[in-house]
Amino acid sequence: MRRLRAMIVKEIWAVLRDPKSRIVLVVPPLLQLFIFTFATTLDVKNANIGVYDRSGGAASVELVQRIAASSNFHDIRRLPSEEALARAVDEQKIIAALVIPEGFDRDVAAGRPATIGLILDGRRSNAAQIVAGYLQQIAAGVGAGTAPAAPAASGGSEVTNWYNPSLDYIWFTLPSLIAIIVSVAGLSVTSQTVARERELGTFDQLMVSPLRVYEILIGKMVPPLLVGMFNGTVYLIVAPLVFGVPFTGSLALFYLSLTVYMLALIGVGMLVSAASQTQQQAFLGSFLATTPLILLSGYASPIDNMPSWLQLVTYADPARYFLVIVQGLFLKAMPASAVWGQLWPLAIIACVTLSAAAWLFRARME
Amino acid sequence: MKLRDSTLDGRRLAALIGKEGSQIARDPSTFLIAFVLPLILLFLFGYAVSLDTSRTRIALVVEDSSAPALGLAEAFRSSAYFEVTDSRSVGPVKALMVDGRIRGIVVIPQGFGAGVKSGEPPAIQIVTDGSQPNTAAFVGAYAEGVRQAWAASEGAASEGAQTGPAPPVQASTRFWFNPDLRSRYFLVPGSIAIVMTMIGTLLTALVVAREWERGTMEAIMATPISMAEFIASKVIPYFLLALVSMGLCTAIAVFAFHVPFRGSIPALLAIASAFLMPALGLGLFISASTKNQFVASQIALLTAFLPTFLLSGFIFEISSMPWPIRMITYAVPARYLIPSLQTVFLAGDFWGLILPNIAIMLGFGLLFFLLSFRVTRRSLD
Repeated sequence: MRRLRAMIVKEIWAVLRDPKSRIVLVVPPLLQLFIFTFATTLDVKNANIGVYDRSGGAASVELVQRIAASSNFHDIRRLPSEEALARAVDEQKIIAALVIPEGFDRDVAAGRPATIGLILDGRRSNAAQIVAGYLQQIAAGVGAGTAPAAPAASGGSEVTNWYNPSLDYIWFTLPSLIAIIVSVAGLSVTSQTVARERELGTFDQLMVSPLRVYEILIGKMVPPLLVGMFNGTVYLIVAPLVFGVPFTGSLALFYLSLTVYMLALIGVGMLVSAASQTQQQAFLGSFLATTPLILLSGYASPIDNMPSWLQLVTYADPARYFLVIVQGLFLKAMPASAVWGQLWPLAIIACVTLSAAAWLFRARME
Repeated sequence: MKLRDSTLDGRRLAALIGKEGSQIARDPSTFLIAFVLPLILLFLFGYAVSLDTSRTRIALVVEDSSAPALGLAEAFRSSAYFEVTDSRSVGPVKALMVDGRIRGIVVIPQGFGAGVKSGEPPAIQIVTDGSQPNTAAFVGAYAEGVRQAWAASEGAASEGAQTGPAPPVQASTRFWFNPDLRSRYFLVPGSIAIVMTMIGTLLTALVVAREWERGTMEAIMATPISMAEFIASKVIPYFLLALVSMGLCTAIAVFAFHVPFRGSIPALLAIASAFLMPALGLGLFISASTKNQFVASQIALLTAFLPTFLLSGFIFEISSMPWPIRMITYAVPARYLIPSLQTVFLAGDFWGLILPNIAIMLGFGLLFFLLSFRVTRRSLD
């Protein structure tokens, strides 16, 4: 026990000793918190669009005014010709161009159905689709305003959004970011531990010391665990206080899940570390592990969108389960039984990665 | 001991590059980064990250057993947008929502059929999982779309029933360059930006920081090498490595993922080379100012990889970000790379867009090289 404590103290010092690495452990997660939260939005706001108006009557002026009034659009450019339109789209000055045909005002005034053309930049197909939706809505509104009153649509539907009534994107981003940032920080800290000692030659000293293998391993697990807990706690405080994202679940379940998730990650990091000869390899290896971990977790795009064989692969991704847990604990007041449903696969993954790491570690020592 | 700054001797430089080259060839991690990482990234961006929505899982609660209610339920079941789980009431499917196994619940209320007969059907209820705002908006809009389509076909079938006319102003949309709206078409070229950032900035930062950390920098200082030769010997091998890796990515994108390539290869090379200047310059600058591999790797991750991923317009629209973040994006070299890459792949050689971007990237490159020149010289004195 005394040996173990000494080992843990040594490991914590190894991470915290250097003032630069102390800063690196604390500042980036905070910076990431603010930049990520605001940057990662799939909404479209302030888009620039162009108008090529060949009609120029009252209805087309109204249409352009309505577009200009929308907060989704920033700049409305007048395009004098087809060539100007093509150039503006080609050079990405605008994401969409509205073409109002010659007969547009005549058709609207006569109550005939009118059509406008919409040209969008498919290089940014995602944003372009959203812009197309906004513009179609506005165009339909112009028609409805000028045409004789349309009969009320029968029935209709009432949409209720649970957990996030106004569909605020930050409510999704922040809880998910906990999973992402904890993974990036945890993996990179763990993967450095063994590789650094090997590169500096102090690993041999550890091996000749009376420490047992498991004691060395536990000692190496403590710093990343603490880093993860620290980051998790910061987010837990900042999300409700600064960003107004509610935390509706139980704190005990949050820390329990975070611990199990960290253990699974540490296992992966140790595997990378034990397999690498140098810090450079360890760092690049951990990066190689982080990328699929995040991209297959369901954060970047829903797992349902993936082909089914790849969906099977995601079951091995610990971030997948932790993401469901944090989103549930923040927004859905996830009960213990539901957390458990995600926690046991996570625990199995942790056992597998940790034992594999211990095995490789021991194999490498001999 | 002071190094001369700007002499370039061909033989010395060739020897240095040879040394760097064999170091690269010997280290398996460079192989990992230059060839395995591009494969993994392209694979993931080709298959895993799809922003094209497919079938969303929802639960369907039919409280009414009349013919119209069953007909509407059938319309949901046969919809291409939804994968439907049936349930007798909302209670049991709530747990599925909490787990995220379904993303919405559609309730066809009691008295729906009677309402349809009398001409005033009650509204159907659509509950969405707001924890995934995009999916929630999709479920709301498309579920209503299914209902409207059903109502329209009912109206057409039974004469006299009123259905709303088509909106008087319609838009006919055309998506240039990517008419099928495949997100893969812009994600795969974008991943080239990530690979070049990894090689240009991360790998370079690590390699040079290692020289500082191990003290081999002093050994180099003791030789008659000039600063310019030293920097060139670090930059040229990684520049070539990054271009080779870029070529590999392009080949996979075009031949395996069938991403169109409508521009020209010289344009692609010009864009990639211009981007590698700031990427390599930043890598050198980070390593010279940190002199520690762990710190260098973290800073490179923060200042190069994450901005390339998040602040370049690769996935997230820059114009939608709040203005302080928009200002930051102007300082991210990848911001000028992504549109150029997407253009050269999907649209063609539009020099009006490409040339200004190349000029800005070269400007950043010059800045970073000057900075690393200064930092390196100061630490040598």
